[in-house]
Order: sequence, then C-alpha cells, then structure tokens
Amino acid sequence: MAAFGTATTGRPLGRSGSPGFRFTLYALLAVIVMYLDQRQHYLEHVRYALQAAAYPIQLAVNSPPAAWRWLHESVATRESLQQENARLRAAQRDLELRAMRYEALARENGQLRGLREALPPVAERWLAAEIVSIQLNSLRQRLLLDRGAVNGVFKHQAVLDDKGLIGQTTHVGPWSAEVILITDPEHAVPVRIERTGLRTIAVGGGDTSSLALPYLPGNADIRSGDLLVTSGLGGVFPEGYPVARVTEVHRDAVQPLAQVRAVPLAHVETDTEVMLVWLRADQPAAAAAALNAAGELTGGNAALQPQPAPPKAAPAAPAAPAAPAAAAAAAAAPRPPAPVNETRP
Amino acid sequence: MSPDSRGRMLLSALVALILTVLPLPPSLEVVRPGFLVLTVFYWSINAPRTGGITLGFFAGLALDVFQGPVLGQHALALALVSYLVMREHQRIRSKPAFQQAFMVFAALVIYEFVLFAIDGWTGHPLGSQLRWIHAATGALIWPLAAPILAYSAGRLT
Repeated sequence: MAAFGTATTGRPLGRSGSPGFRFTLYALLAVIVMYLDQRQHYLEHVRYALQAAAYPIQLAVNSPPAAWRWLHESVATRESLQQENARLRAAQRDLELRAMRYEALARENGQLRGLREALPPVAERWLAAEIVSIQLNSLRQRLLLDRGAVNGVFKHQAVLDDKGLIGQTTHVGPWSAEVILITDPEHAVPVRIERTGLRTIAVGGGDTSSLALPYLPGNADIRSGDLLVTSGLGGVFPEGYPVARVTEVHRDAVQPLAQVRAVPLAHVETDTEVMLVWLRADQPAAAAAALNAAGELTGGNAALQPQPAPPKAAPAAPAAPAAPAAAAAAAAAPRPPAPVNETRP
Repeated sequence: MSPDSRGRMLLSALVALILTVLPLPPSLEVVRPGFLVLTVFYWSINAPRTGGITLGFFAGLALDVFQGPVLGQHALALALVSYLVMREHQRIRSKPAFQQAFMVFAALVIYEFVLFAIDGWTGHPLGSQLRWIHAATGALIWPLAAPILAYSAGRLT
C-alpha cells in the first residue's frame, strides 16, 4: 500500500508526504464527515453499512454476559422453574381478567364517542427484541437490539417494555438497531400528567433512574406520585402509554419554574427483552406521522389527533337523500343510526 | 513497516477498541482509560513510519460508530494526538515510562478537549466534569500498558 512508508525510501516518514500534510488531509476529511453527518444527514446509508460492520464486534464484546445468562438459565433448579411457572400463571390469569375489563371499557368508550364499534387497538404489530448491549453513562444512554431493517424496524420507532416507555430507535442497521433511552440527556418525550391532563416535556436526566420536567411553572398542579403518560404529540410515541412517576417536586418562590423529577417505570437494567411497536395510523390515539427527513415535526395532522367525533361518522348524516349506489352498497354494513351530536335520552 | 508489523498494529488497535466499548457498570465507566489513545500513542512514538495518523483516523472512525454522537469526532481527536506525538516521537521515546506518563496525560487531555469542543459545537450534551478523570487513570496505567503494547508489537519477549 502506498499509504504506508517503507524503510528503504529516502524520506523520513512514509511515502505520501510529511505527517503534517497527512494530518491536514485527515483532519479535513474528519471535518467534512462531521459536517455531512451532523448538518445534512447525508450519511444515512454510510451509517447503515457501518452499523452492519460493527454488529459482529458488538456481539462478540457482549457474548460473556450472554453466555453467563444462558449458563445460569440452563442450570436453574426444578423448584425455581416451578416457582417461576406458578408466578407466570398467576400473572397471566390477572392479565386475562384485566383484558376482559379492558374490552368492556373500550366498547363503552366507543359508544360514548358515538361509534358502533370500539376503536381498533393503537398498536398494529409487536416485535420482541433482545437487548444485545446496554450503554449507560452520563453522556449516552443507549441500547443495542438484535432486530434491524430486515425485520422492518425503522428510525424513530417507539420501544416499550411491559412496565412503560423505554425510548426510540436512532440508528437502524440491517440486523441491529440502536435505541436512545428516554433518560438520555439528548432525549425529550412529550408527556401528559394523567391526573390533571397538563401537557409538558420530560427530558432525560443522564442516569437510568431520572427524568426532569424543566418547563413547568411554579404554580402548576403537580405533586409527588403523579403518573406521566405519553401525550401523543411530537409524532413518535402513541398516546397514553405510561412513562414515569413523579418523585420530587421542588418549588422555590424566587424561581418562575418548578423543579420536578420523575422515575421511569421501565426497568432497563433488568430487562433482557423489549418490544418494538408498529402503530395503526388510523387510530386517533396514534402519533401523527408528519416527520420530515431530519426527524423534526413540521406540522401536526389534525385528522390523526383525538377528536370529539369519529371521522367516518360525519358524512353519514346528510347522505340519506342523495346517495343511491353508495348507500345501497353500504346498506349491508352497519351504519351509524343517527347524527353523532345527538344527545341520547 | 513490514506487513507483519502492520498486522500487529491492527490487532492491538482492535483489542483496544473492544476494551473501550466493553460494557462496564457506570461507576467504573468514568475511570475507564482511553485504551485506543494509549495504543495510538504507543505506535506513534515507536513505529512512526507504520502510519499512526492513518491508524488514529480509522480507529477513531470505528469508535464513532460505536459511541460517537457524530461521525468523525473521535477520528479527528485521535489523528491530532497521533500527529502531535509523532512530531516529538524521538524525544518521547527516549524517556522512561513514568516520564512518558506525563506526556500520555497531556495527550489524553488534548484528546478529551477535542471531543469536548466538538460536543459543544455540535450541540450535544457536555456531561459533568467527570469526563476528564480518565486522563489521569490513563496516565497512571501507562507504565503498565507500555510493556503490554511492546509485547504485542513483538519488541519484548
């Protein structure tokens, strides 16, 4: 290779110019790469390839903990397995009861909104993904998952566990995806206080157990123990998923803003599997998919936000006199019997 | 120089990269020395013709893929460290290891400063003051790391 010098050449340091020249060349290249990556987002394809190239090393680096876990599981005793089995069965029964209750509530909610049937669930598809590696320091809080573009994973996809929100995907490779946690200092999630409906933004605190709510005025109605759920704004996360619980509200009469801290409900340190979610676009609670290439919200889509009346039922009322063919075709399907704004006796 | 030497260089850089991205508990994370910087430092003073700047650039680019907020950040920092060290390689090489440790400390501070400046310019979080600690641990570990690197380079048996 010409880039490397040999001892036989007359020049002191390599064949392709002096170190100063070579350093200038590389520094220029690094600055151009940084500019393209940071400002222009031109390097998505390069990132994709590099992510693929890096995946074997990441797997190898994280194989000792994975091997330890496998060993631990395979030598588990019969009693502990039976105990776990009993616990899981009890948990499943509990969940089934809750699911029944949920069905009834969803139907009732649909009736209250004037729909004949309950709304479809927010999530269209789920995919379990195993955590390959966890990176938790004050600058970066990331996960690496073993699912990538070949599984249909896309950038800015919501990631949950069974307790709450975990984060969203940032870089997607063919077989792996990097997830930024909601506790990363670079991440902010739009939330709603469940008790009052007040909307705000929760910013990552830099360690796994803390979120900050820096934009609440000092007189905001918030107290310790309040549950924070996703508000559905921002276009990434669906509405209504639990995020965190408020632990600390500090009001200072001098400061205009309250200092609020919350603890995320998801347990990233103990999780081995997380869920990737595909949202149903026609669900009112789904996040608006109005993202541009840079990942910024350019404008909200009113049609996808929660509405007082269902969008489909609206044209049904005036369609009675003049809709010959369409009405005949639609007659087989159940139609809303009355205008939606009607007050029921 | 020889293909053999270049192979050893790449192997030591790969090991250093793995040590850098190995998952550690957060308390140990802040004191983890910059193994990749130490490796680039070693090769730049002891084999300046083997291409330390090239090694620094591409090893840094690899590190950027694993944990850089923006591609090219570690690449620039490592190429700069390699260049500065290479300019003074004859003076540094003749010193005993504990005196070299001071220069390793300076190199690590320069390296971290470049990362810090780029974090600031690109609008990424700067973190706490703890990010500078690894310069000290890297310098402390240098008298231990130098013989290991010399062994990996085939200069010590």
